[in-house]
Amino acid sequence: MEATIPLRVRLAARGLDGVTLLAIPAVLLLVALFLYPFSYGLVLSFRPKDGSFFGNYGHFFSDPFLYKTIWTTLALAVPVTVLNLVAAVPVAFRVRRMRYQRLITTILVLPITLGTVLVAEGMLNYFGPQGWFIRTLSLMGLGSPSSIKLVHNYWGVFLSLVITGFPFTFLLTLSYVSGIDVALENAAATLGARAAARFWTIFLPLLAPGLAITFCLSFVQAYSVFPSAVLLGAPAGPTRVISIAAYEAAFEQYDYSLASAIAMIMGAVQLVVVVGVLMSRSLFYRGPAAGAKG
Amino acid sequence: MTAFSASRSLTARDVGAKLWIISIWTLLIFFVINLFGIIGAVVTSSFATRWLRSWLPNGFTTNWYASAWSEFQLSDVLMTTFQVVGAVVVLSGLIGVPAAYAIARREFPGKKAMMLVFLLPLLVPPITYGIPLATVLYQTGFGGTLTGVILANLVPTVPFVILVMIPFIEQIDPRIESAARIFGAGTFRLFIYVLLPLLTPGVLAALLLVLVRTIAMFELTFLTSGPTSQTLVVALYYSVFAAGVRAVQSIDAMAVIYMSLTLIWLIIALRFVNPTQIVTRGKQARD
Repeated sequence: MEATIPLRVRLAARGLDGVTLLAIPAVLLLVALFLYPFSYGLVLSFRPKDGSFFGNYGHFFSDPFLYKTIWTTLALAVPVTVLNLVAAVPVAFRVRRMRYQRLITTILVLPITLGTVLVAEGMLNYFGPQGWFIRTLSLMGLGSPSSIKLVHNYWGVFLSLVITGFPFTFLLTLSYVSGIDVALENAAATLGARAAARFWTIFLPLLAPGLAITFCLSFVQAYSVFPSAVLLGAPAGPTRVISIAAYEAAFEQYDYSLASAIAMIMGAVQLVVVVGVLMSRSLFYRGPAAGAKG
Repeated sequence: MTAFSASRSLTARDVGAKLWIISIWTLLIFFVINLFGIIGAVVTSSFATRWLRSWLPNGFTTNWYASAWSEFQLSDVLMTTFQVVGAVVVLSGLIGVPAAYAIARREFPGKKAMMLVFLLPLLVPPITYGIPLATVLYQTGFGGTLTGVILANLVPTVPFVILVMIPFIEQIDPRIESAARIFGAGTFRLFIYVLLPLLTPGVLAALLLVLVRTIAMFELTFLTSGPTSQTLVVALYYSVFAAGVRAVQSIDAMAVIYMSLTLIWLIIALRFVNPTQIVTRGKQARD
């Protein structure tokens, strides 16, 4: 019996028809330009110049100039991400109920759209030894231009990650915060819960999954910092982050095999942190953030 | 909310709450002042005749724009930028929108895996996949060419269009399409007269976001471009990197040109989309 049903009809019953085929160009593009390069890079990373299977990875983890970049990058990315998230949550709670919400979000979206390169150029001037920021500080008697150094070191990169990272974290947090039904808070307030109690017992459990994802996305961005680490940091030493090591291997030493290995290690570290954060998320409440009644 | 707190008399708790609000505001205002300071410093410097060891420049001039234009060959760079951005916007629309339509309308085996493939380029940072991608592009001869830059930029933009469009297409009632079919519309007429008008606002928003993101996309263009295929943001990076070779005002003039280009499109985009949509990746976007 089944053989009499045309193949076309049987495929259509499983959801495969002309409309489904529309997805094929996109799938092919992503396979060719994302999955293939990634797998190619993975294979290439196991074929170093010296011929041994783990040669690149052995080289990476035995050369302090290379393996230390992992810690350098973590020492930047983790504090920045935590700071951005801790600052973003209370600000998002205030902005959520404000009339000028759109104005504030528009201002904050500026550094994200302008990008790290422009922010770096502006910061070199603004936070530089003769810049407005340090001038203002010394005017207020908080220090002298010679004693404070905010560019070409760790703090330059740190500040640039705050300038572009905080708005990113904030806007993501805001979209999660606005997703929580106001009725839940009103109910808690009616029952006598104070603001702090409402936050810790109502909002935080509801927000936890969203905050976990926000943390991961913000961390991954900070961990892959590149232009500002070169322009605002000390790329030879204190802010030699892992992406600089990968870039130098690929485009200065033309060792694509080592560069791929470093890129894979970079991806692996990000994955470990992201999986770790998302696993701990299962310790918290999971469920709808909207009220029971629609 | 305000009704509960406004009627009570002032207590220690209220003072604490006020202080809390004030400190949050201070934090936000401090951030915004510094942000405008950073942008303002670039703009001021680009018009400065000489600016050393003082609050404001000694005098103002517009000459730096002319010198930046010739020094950095900005007409070529801008041409490349427009070509890359234009091609990326058109191609990611042509590839992304039909794919989003298929995913929104059909359930088929392997759909979850497909979604994962579309989600990954948005979650993995460009510099991580950009290095293997650049390796492959250089080995196939696309590295350093305009085509290579366009191909690389499609990797995050096509999934972005797909993820923005899926919820948009899902909220269009499929019965409208069925009705058109019943009245005898073929696929082509259905697309032109029914789907296209309904999809236009969503496609417009998605493509404007792609446009803004591609102008500012540094990492992928940087890794895949050659001397003749640099976009404005990459040219800006190289000039800041080689600071000291050119006058800082000249670099700042170029930065202002880049900034204006980005901001014009951002302002246009913000007429159609919510600012939060620029960071959220389609799925989380709520308005």
